Amino acid sequence: MKRPALRLVVLGIVLLIAALLSLGVGAVTISPGRILQILTDRGGNSVGGTELTIIWELRLPRLLLACFVGAGLGTAGAGYQGLFRNPLADPFVIGASSGAALGATVAIVCGWQGSMLGLAGIPAASLVGSLIAVGIVYSIASVGRQVPVVSLLLAGVALSSMLGAIVSLLMFLNEEKLMTIFGWLMGSLSGRGWATLWSTVPLIVIGGSILWMHSRALDALTFGEESAVSLGLGMNRLRAIIVVSASLVTAASVAGGGIIGFIGLIAPHMSRSLVGARHAMIIPMSGLVGALLLLLADDVARTIVAPSELPVGVVTALMGSPFFLFLLKTRQRELGAGQ
Amino acid sequence: MTAIHAKDITCGYDQRTVLQSLSLSAHAGEVLVLLGPNGAGKTTLLRALSRFIRPTAGTVLLDDQDLWGLKADKVAQQVALMPQSERRDWPLTVDESIQLGRAPHRGWYAPFNAEDREIVENALASTGLLELRHRPITELSGGEWRRMIFARALAQQASVLLLDEPTAGLDLKYQHEVLRLACDLAKTQNMTVVVTLHDLNHATLYGSRLALIADHAIVAVGSATDVMTVELIYRVYGVHVTIVPHPIYGSPMIVPLLEQDSLPGTGRS
Repeated sequence: MKRPALRLVVLGIVLLIAALLSLGVGAVTISPGRILQILTDRGGNSVGGTELTIIWELRLPRLLLACFVGAGLGTAGAGYQGLFRNPLADPFVIGASSGAALGATVAIVCGWQGSMLGLAGIPAASLVGSLIAVGIVYSIASVGRQVPVVSLLLAGVALSSMLGAIVSLLMFLNEEKLMTIFGWLMGSLSGRGWATLWSTVPLIVIGGSILWMHSRALDALTFGEESAVSLGLGMNRLRAIIVVSASLVTAASVAGGGIIGFIGLIAPHMSRSLVGARHAMIIPMSGLVGALLLLLADDVARTIVAPSELPVGVVTALMGSPFFLFLLKTRQRELGAGQ
Repeated sequence: MTAIHAKDITCGYDQRTVLQSLSLSAHAGEVLVLLGPNGAGKTTLLRALSRFIRPTAGTVLLDDQDLWGLKADKVAQQVALMPQSERRDWPLTVDESIQLGRAPHRGWYAPFNAEDREIVENALASTGLLELRHRPITELSGGEWRRMIFARALAQQASVLLLDEPTAGLDLKYQHEVLRLACDLAKTQNMTVVVTLHDLNHATLYGSRLALIADHAIVAVGSATDVMTVELIYRVYGVHVTIVPHPIYGSPMIVPLLEQDSLPGTGRS
């Protein structure tokens, strides 16, 4: 097996081990052997009821959500970075995050309890908000049938700050709901359960697969648009496909875990240093790295101040930013900053 | 093999017209050199020929087929482009980059097969890139990088090769290496090569035919001796020159004169 593919397998195994160990960590410590027993023997005649409930109803859905949300943010980041040929692009650049934040804030302020696609009111509203925001950015940035990258990024930044201001305004006007909004904006995977998982995972898997299918086209973009077009690539079609599928993945991830920063920025960078420059490897690797990072961050978030919890978004930012700065300092050339 | 014809094309960006009713043909086995001052529209012409920009009037024909009536990948199977500057944002290896030349044939989804592998091997071998195959493209020198694009065009199995200032930024050795490679491809593979150059002496040495572009149109087209006249060069570039035969090959050599020394046509050879 070639080295990049081998590394994918190795990281997959690391992720499985980390997942198994994470299931045992918490208020009640459960040994890996016992966890395997519980997972493989669902009938539950040989194991205690409490531990069974802890694993199946609390820790397993939360762990899976961490993995899929992390994988979603990682692959979406790899997709955006590949399309924009910019190592600073992340899932939030073109307004997906601020749209989601506004959607969720509106839902909290209005007290929406209904559900959509099996999602509770707040995640559903954030999914819709984020897709609408990306739609607005995309249509503002398009000139005729062209969608220049620079306008896309600028429109994203401009719309994001406007939506951010509206979120602040809503928080200011609804002081009694401040903490709820705040908690959501900082990202959390706590208490989501299987329902959230069933409604977000399919979107993440489908969007991620579409991104992965377009790996070769993203590779060709390395040479710039003029050369990519001379290789027969339809730029407008590719741009639409990547933006739509990466935004869908982002929106689903945000609906599942709130605003969780830095994973989408860091995972593709780490993947590139592990498996080279081909997107066929970078995209799945970014998924694995993203899953592992968010899994570990969530372990920290739920244990470090037990019995209380930290917002996982705070943990990813606290761990992520110094790490990213370290990467920037030591690997400037690989990040493309030295050209 | 394939000939490419621009028929009465008008091209521009927004309101600015760059080319006005221009017609030009390039044929299999020849190296057609496009010359002209900066901003004359050489790059725009190549972009129109490569289907990157669409003429607002007129047509581009690939043999007898309208370039814009063909699908992008069909055009890419026949026309390869080396733009003036190509980006290298991610460190793909030379191998992986050349392999992308197979995309017009294999599509963007299907895995590459043994045939593709073999074509890439041949492309690597005939451009002398076998030793550099695992090198990231971000670490290639200017000359190596241009060889990589030649190899990619070979893998693309294109019969029309469009080169936009392929000698820019190269030292003497690589300037001539790149042009020799282009001529070889025209001769041995019967490719149609269209190349923009700034060095008039490169043009007379390597070009089968020369086309001089100025003021949105073709001023002259033909053999080196037809096009490279003292009067035309002064008219187009505003520079006084004298023209002498190349000491070995006899092709015209253009030697600029210091302004005060002479008037057009009074070169001392």
